[in-house]
Amino acid sequence: MPPSIEFLPIILAGAILTIELTLMGGILALVVAFVVGFARLANSAWLRSPARIFMEFFRGSSMLVQLFWAYFVLPLAGVSLTPLQAGVLILGLNSGAYMSEIVRGAMLALPREQFEACIALNLGRWERLRYVLLPQALRLMIPPFSNSAVELLKSTSVVSLISLSDMTFRAQTVRAQTGDASVPFTTILVVYFVLATILSSLLNSVERRLRPTKGGRT
Amino acid sequence: MTAPMVHFADVRKLYGAHPVLDGLSFSVSPGEKLALIGASGSGKTTILRILMTLEEIEGGSVAIQGSPLWNPGMAKLSTRQRETQLHEMRRNIGMVFQQFNLFPHMTVLRNVTLAPMLTQGLSQAAAKVLAMELLDMVGMAHKAHALPAELSGGQKQRVAIARALALKPKVMLFDEVTSALDPELVEEVLNVMRKLAVETDMTMLLVTHEMSFARDFADRVLFLDGGRIVEEGPPKDIFSNPQQERTKQFLHKIVAAGLSL
Amino acid sequence: MEWDWSFALEIIPLLAQGVKITVYAGLLASALAMLTGLGIAILRRSAGPVMGSVVRFGVGFVRGTPLLVQLYFTFYVLPDVGIYLSPLAAGVITLGIHYSTYTSEVYRAGIDNVDRGLWEAAKALNLTRPQTWWYVILPQAVPPMLPALGNYIVAMFKETPLLSVITVIELMGEARIIANIHYRYLEPMTMVGLFFLAVSVPSVIALQYLEKRYGVAQKRHRTMAIF
Ligand SMILES: Nc1ncnc2c1ncn2[C@@H]1O[C@H](COP(=O)(O)OP(=O)(O)O)[C@@H](O)[C@H]1O
Ligand SMILES: [Mg+2]
Repeated sequence: MPPSIEFLPIILAGAILTIELTLMGGILALVVAFVVGFARLANSAWLRSPARIFMEFFRGSSMLVQLFWAYFVLPLAGVSLTPLQAGVLILGLNSGAYMSEIVRGAMLALPREQFEACIALNLGRWERLRYVLLPQALRLMIPPFSNSAVELLKSTSVVSLISLSDMTFRAQTVRAQTGDASVPFTTILVVYFVLATILSSLLNSVERRLRPTKGGRT
Repeated sequence: MTAPMVHFADVRKLYGAHPVLDGLSFSVSPGEKLALIGASGSGKTTILRILMTLEEIEGGSVAIQGSPLWNPGMAKLSTRQRETQLHEMRRNIGMVFQQFNLFPHMTVLRNVTLAPMLTQGLSQAAAKVLAMELLDMVGMAHKAHALPAELSGGQKQRVAIARALALKPKVMLFDEVTSALDPELVEEVLNVMRKLAVETDMTMLLVTHEMSFARDFADRVLFLDGGRIVEEGPPKDIFSNPQQERTKQFLHKIVAAGLSL
Repeated sequence: MEWDWSFALEIIPLLAQGVKITVYAGLLASALAMLTGLGIAILRRSAGPVMGSVVRFGVGFVRGTPLLVQLYFTFYVLPDVGIYLSPLAAGVITLGIHYSTYTSEVYRAGIDNVDRGLWEAAKALNLTRPQTWWYVILPQAVPPMLPALGNYIVAMFKETPLLSVITVIELMGEARIIANIHYRYLEPMTMVGLFFLAVSVPSVIALQYLEKRYGVAQKRHRTMAIF
């Protein structure tokens, strides 16, 4: 039996941080996605251009580079982040940049006729969004959001490189200590896969909930 | 003399460089039922869309009861200013679309109650009473809790009519409301509209290819071709005794196509 | 800490060494992902139900687990079973296979989107199966796939910095070495970031142009704007 077996509980306990990072990063990413996605649909170029630049910047430079930058370079500018803060920040901004395209795409995918029906019923701009467009767009967003959530979960492993003690970090540490790689890495591969499967089936059930039902509001 | 309900003065509308309406002028009196007929592409839908503020115009002016709805000066306003102005004007106008455009994620009842609650401050209870009255009038009360996807085309269109009526507009616009329907469903929608014409004194602009319906329903008919009015008059004159060659050709084609006259 | 131009200039040759490896690894991995992805797509189309679910599970597993952990796995675990790979080979193979699970979806969607009628029309014209693929299906299926495949190539370039964790001295590896030696992160990290922006932003714009050519242009109406 490889010596690394006795460290398995320690490795598995790292899954808690992995889940926390996914949740916190995901919440930040959602906020970023809606703010940036809607800004990109605005009439005013003063909103559209910065949003576009933000999106291209975070999608265009590598996440690992962003993470190192936030962790090692920002302190030089007087902004000291804990590894957890740096990790959540970069996960959220990076993932949010990708998800903003989903938000924007879903709004643009709504049939033009739905906008027109809103105008014919004299709904105000906020009302169009709140009652007609967003509820329909949200349903379109969930399946791609589900993919993004899995991507986010996967990218949390990268924070192990700024010494956050997540599952990957612990597996790597156990490998270094015991010299056995197969048990720790096989284990966490399976755990990541299980987490990813749970995450996407959770989001699928949200999508099913959002389908129009008769029992809903009248 | 009271101001006409709808007044188009020398209206120009371009799509790209192509003029769709080229100096179009006409008026509609309060309570009048006006039918717009003409070949496909003659600009009928465009006229209704301009009135519903779905399209801007490039020249001339459009007024509702004497207040300007569209004029080229509006292009200078900010989106917010325009929206505020248009919001007031849209109170007067309702539209029923060829493709119904019901909100697919809401029940029939919610489709009808939403706008009165939001734009006219009706309470939920009051909006529901109003909606059920209207749904009853169009014969759809029994489907109040269904989703649009569960309805036939004719049923959807009757709900769409109730939805537009719920805002009590002064002017109703109907754009080929039966064109997307299977032939056997056309009559149920036309019946609703006949009832409307009798029971209300709303001004109505109607685009249709149902000539026999237009003859009974309308007080006046405009025949359009290439974005201009070729001929206008009471339906019996236009249909039985057209003066212009192009009107004759158009009506002849309709008859030849086996449609009712 | 201030930006130090002379230090930045000094490290350019070292970073350029890294860029070579980055480009090399990125291109090789892309080629691998394109080919393997096609193989997976064909396998999934032609496999029976059992083989089909095995492939589907495999694809789902590779897609559902982090590239970083897969890199560790290839680099540290495979030698245990007698598979010895150089760091670069391990990196390229892992990156390529990871992304082949994405490209296979692009191929699958592209092929599925070809009108069924075309297959039947080709049969009616008595074309052979290879002729049908070559003259009818591929010309229809390939152009719409190009933007999506291109996006994955760009994405793979942006993931190459992860190869530094298995001791591949590509651009990020060089930058980390420089940073550790000189205790200066500002210049090397910023320059690496700029390099990736310089590669990906023009590519993204070019790909958008490609997408516009094959997609339907969106028309917007002023009064329909959301804000
Ligand atoms: N969004 C548009 N863009 C460009 N041309 C349009 C658009 N909508 C309508 N048109 C053109 O304007 C003309 C009038 O259209 P429309 O008002 O829909 O005619 P009708 O309803 O009488 O069939 C047609 O030639 C049509 O091709
Ligand atoms: Mg029309």
